[in-house]
Amino acid sequence: MIAIIDYRAGNLPSVERAVRHLGYEAEITSDPKRIAAAERVIFPGVGAAGAAMESLRDLKLVEVLRRDVFEAGKHLLAICIGIQIIFEYSEEDDTNCLGLLPGQVRKFRGPDIDGKLKVPQIGWNQVFQKQVHPIFRGIPDGSEFYFVNSFHPVPDSSDIVIGETEYGYRFASAVAQDNLVATQFHLEKSGPVGLKMFSNFLACGRA
Amino acid sequence: MLTKRIIPCLDVRAGLVTKGIAFRENVDIGDPVAMARKYYEEGADEIVFYDIAASSDRRDILIDVVDRVAREIFIPYSVGGGIRTFEDMRRVLLAGAEKVSVNSAAVRNPQVIAQGARAFGSQCVVLSMDVKRVERSEKIPSGYEIVINGGRTPMGMDAIQWAMRGEDLGAGELVVNSIDADGTRDGYEVTLTRIMADTLGIPVIASGGAGIPEHLYEVFTEGHADAAIIASMIHYNTYTIPGIKQYLADRGVPIRKVPMMQ
Repeated sequence: MIAIIDYRAGNLPSVERAVRHLGYEAEITSDPKRIAAAERVIFPGVGAAGAAMESLRDLKLVEVLRRDVFEAGKHLLAICIGIQIIFEYSEEDDTNCLGLLPGQVRKFRGPDIDGKLKVPQIGWNQVFQKQVHPIFRGIPDGSEFYFVNSFHPVPDSSDIVIGETEYGYRFASAVAQDNLVATQFHLEKSGPVGLKMFSNFLACGRA
Repeated sequence: MLTKRIIPCLDVRAGLVTKGIAFRENVDIGDPVAMARKYYEEGADEIVFYDIAASSDRRDILIDVVDRVAREIFIPYSVGGGIRTFEDMRRVLLAGAEKVSVNSAAVRNPQVIAQGARAFGSQCVVLSMDVKRVERSEKIPSGYEIVINGGRTPMGMDAIQWAMRGEDLGAGELVVNSIDADGTRDGYEVTLTRIMADTLGIPVIASGGAGIPEHLYEVFTEGHADAAIIASMIHYNTYTIPGIKQYLADRGVPIRKVPMMQ
């Protein structure tokens, strides 16, 4: 079973529609048992880090995500606010996050951004592949994906960065470790290349 | 690099796509779901649906269109026209739209912008405005006035000031539709677009007047637009999205490549 984690973060139906379009059934759930029983888990979302962490705590999903999903080695795909929540800390609302991966989340700022670029960035931007990874199978390097973000991950180690994007400077737009893959861009709204990456995630580890 | 977005607009009336000239004499063109899918496959960066005959009894038809589109296209799309209340916003977003655009209702009740932004996030709320060039005056220092009801009712409000207010209230993007240019195919209102783009901290989407690919080039370069809405130039097959994108890319405008894959 594919579980899409419901933590009141919006845009869950678009993720479900994309999964269904690819011929898979998914269940939108906040039930810790269903999530623990899932074969793979999608952690989507739009919204703010503070509210997202609060919802996860209310729903008692923090430990479930850490222990039953990440440490248990389930295939986990985190999207948009998902990629931010998996790091240790976000500047947004001064939020302590899940800490599945070492690193922080910072707001876009700097001499090449302030007064020159709009924050949030909204639109299609290129993802440059930094590592060979099964999630990129069949995706041309430098393909454009759909972004809406004011904040971006700053991982402690560049070893986990599989994709980078330029917005004032280069930032980590896709990271991966073990069975976890996370993207700052919205796969469910990135047209054919987004669907292809979804399909790569849904197929990985299957015989 | 962030690319410039090309956004086909489908004017929907009673479940069919129409495109009129200066908001009058609308003619039916086709099925919105089929047209949305075609533009999606051709590389549209986003799609806008505008319900031009928005009345409450027709709203269910639009919701059905939104729902059907959501199953078939996987790029962002927004819905506007007759969105009056927070509840209207919620229905459209739940049916699958990424964004909802408010126009006249926001002029009458600006708080609808704030309510939407608080509940769904600014990225969901697009402030759309119809603007007409007028004599500069104390009330309208920029010489650009807000009009509503498809351009028929002048509001005595300065468009630039209203745009700034909309941003402060939480709008995530701004559509600037020039009533003077709309339907003329003579080009966008480049000056107005540039003032808006340079003044605001949110993306500005130019609307009204596109007739040839050069008009998009002008509004992206001189007009500083982040995105541009097109309609009749592609609805009647005069131009295609891949053709327009190629034209812009050849002239150095950052454009999302049309994906060549299943």
